Amino acid sequence: MTQTHLAVPKTYKLYIGGKFPRSESGRTYEVAAKDGAFLANAAKASRKDARDAVVAARAAQPGWAGATGYNRGQVLYRIAELLEGRRAQFVEEIAASEGVTAAAAGKQVDAAIDTWVWYAGWADKYVQVAGNANAVSGPYFNISVPEPTGVVAIVAPADSLLGLVSVVAPAIVTGNTVVVIASETAPLSAISLAEVLATSDVPGGVINILTGSAAEIAPWLASHADVNALDLTGADGLDWVDLQIAAADTLKRVRTPGDFGASLDRIVGFTETKTVWHTKSLI
Amino acid sequence: MPASHQHFLEYAPAPESTAILNLKKDYGLFIDGEFVPGHGTPFATISPATEKHIAQIANANAADVDTAVAAARRAYEKTWSKLSGADRGKYLFRIARLVQERARELAVAESLDNGKPIKESRDVDIPLVAAWFFYYAGWADKLDYAGLGAAPRALGVAAQVIPWNFPLLMLAWKIAPALAAGNTVVLKPAETTPLSALLFAEILQQADLPAGVVNILTGAGDTGQALVQHPDVNKVAFTGSTAVGRAIAKSVAGTGKKLTLELGGKAANIVFDDAPIDQAVEGIVNGIFFNQGHVCCAGSRLLVQENIHEEVVDRLKQRLSTLRLGDPLDKNTDIGAINSREQLERIRELSDIGEAEGAERWTADCAIPENGFWFAPTIFDNVSTSSRIAREEIFGPVLSVLTFRTPAEAISKANNTPYGLSAGIWSDKGSKILAVADELKAGVIWANTFNRFDPSSPFGGYKESGYGREGGRHGLAAYLTNAPPDREAGATTLVPAERRAPQGRGRAK
Repeated sequence: MTQTHLAVPKTYKLYIGGKFPRSESGRTYEVAAKDGAFLANAAKASRKDARDAVVAARAAQPGWAGATGYNRGQVLYRIAELLEGRRAQFVEEIAASEGVTAAAAGKQVDAAIDTWVWYAGWADKYVQVAGNANAVSGPYFNISVPEPTGVVAIVAPADSLLGLVSVVAPAIVTGNTVVVIASETAPLSAISLAEVLATSDVPGGVINILTGSAAEIAPWLASHADVNALDLTGADGLDWVDLQIAAADTLKRVRTPGDFGASLDRIVGFTETKTVWHTKSLI
Repeated sequence: MPASHQHFLEYAPAPESTAILNLKKDYGLFIDGEFVPGHGTPFATISPATEKHIAQIANANAADVDTAVAAARRAYEKTWSKLSGADRGKYLFRIARLVQERARELAVAESLDNGKPIKESRDVDIPLVAAWFFYYAGWADKLDYAGLGAAPRALGVAAQVIPWNFPLLMLAWKIAPALAAGNTVVLKPAETTPLSALLFAEILQQADLPAGVVNILTGAGDTGQALVQHPDVNKVAFTGSTAVGRAIAKSVAGTGKKLTLELGGKAANIVFDDAPIDQAVEGIVNGIFFNQGHVCCAGSRLLVQENIHEEVVDRLKQRLSTLRLGDPLDKNTDIGAINSREQLERIRELSDIGEAEGAERWTADCAIPENGFWFAPTIFDNVSTSSRIAREEIFGPVLSVLTFRTPAEAISKANNTPYGLSAGIWSDKGSKILAVADELKAGVIWANTFNRFDPSSPFGGYKESGYGREGGRHGLAAYLTNAPPDREAGATTLVPAERRAPQGRGRAK
């Protein structure tokens, strides 16, 4: 007698502080394939989950920023390695949830892998490109260097995996930590990416992923006093001007909706230039 | 009194003559290359040292803002954007030279209108104004070499609003990079210090700068608000209070205007027990009493290591007792007048709160002139980290003293503020300085010095001290874009985009 294997479906949860909690609210929402078929129940993050994620991101930030550029570069590259190893899983998931062909899904996964590799290489170089020595009129050593802004809240684009990677990688490569709201309609590959992250070398709390309603969660992050920057790249469907206005209360750095092509600008936009003057003297 | 009995601090008065000034009775708005009447109610500018009237100043209303922005737009499209970078640079070089030629006149005007000591306006403000124009003049034809992507372009019309603490220097910080990058400008000086900006307008006429490239609108807060909210400006640059900066950030949300904000600060000046104490005491004094403490990056929180606390505070008191407070035009004056009655009230109020909250107040014993606005150098010792004088920007000659035991405690106290503009570190140990500098969340850090400025050195804050940088290559980036012309960047970017999307690769199976 032949037995067929009965599939074991996955419970998709949030990713906060390196752990996979359910939403504290107990809420979930139904994620459907393009054709309407049921795929999974994803966690529907609440205000409390968003605040927990900010706490985790803040706690992880000094350690991550304190790692050397060489180290952060290897950690990002390691994500690419692990993503490559699980390529088939991501292709299948993207094809199912976005209703695209396996070839198109494959292209998206490839681009996501290459995006990690491209940004990984910047980890120990962006300081040289975005910083410089300054020839001041006086006996001073004077240098300007970019440093990470801190905790960045991100509304990820709807393109499930590539969109997510394209906004997260440039934010963390400098030493920022992030709280990212995944695509509302196609969140599954974001949580699968969290599984990649959890088994990679990314310290817990550096990347925190929330699923649910961006319209509900984003205002809490935009107004959160312990968030330093807001990336609205994927927020074109939201009332993003209101989010930008809320962010102004604590002078957050804001990136408005737009494309997510890889650029140095994405890296430098969430850094702060620090200029250090030091006296020169023989005494 | 015989000379032999004269105390070493008693100098004969040595005032700089105001004869060098050739002021008009009243000044119009500077629009499209000409002085024109304003349509708001004119106001007087006075000397804060004597409360005497200096001149009557036009007040720009919303219609005047429209006219000025239209002039700047016309100048941008018809003239300035058609000039070569080399020619833009030559105009800036001309301006730098004219500022040098008229330096003494500008210094006297600045001290008269602002109340700052002539030795500061003469030796710091005005030389830096000339240096700023000279520095950015050279960039105008070298934008492709600025590392800001290929062929960066100007943004268009820049709306600029500046404060009263360094009137002409803040004008230079705003106008020089804007013009070098190819933008045209509408600038509003502060209500209490319009004079040097109006003299600068005359310099622009002498330089034969094309009409409309720079327009100067005098007025109060509502003029500034109308200017930054004007729909036809592409860039907003503001230096001033965090409260106003916040309001501006809200008002430009969703408009795509590029924004730079240089706001308040509450800088920590950290003195370790291995610091060169003589230099540190001078640095602390310079850090908070320079320009009457009207400095956004002032070292207003002294963090001193506990074992040298008494020594440092004693020596500070001795040093402050030798400072000379009085006539800003006197060449021996160290501490000038507080810029306005309103500011004086704020300093008094916060100082009273400091006392009420339990800090120990010490004020230098010096004679206060009868007229004008004055506040003697003041130190608060044993200030707690939660006290309002340790948290709020006082913007006056008031120093709050706190102590620490370990470098980690110093760093934690220094960063315990929503601001992040500047900080100071005093130690003879280079490795300690660099390690502490790494940990401080501040945009400018001075090690064994304080309050140094240079056109090549970027200046600006972390956190609620604002965003964007002024000075250096970074300051140029604030006035350029290389986003496609149909999609002006709304992002708060330092370095315009370099587009290089990774391509999906063909997989070899």
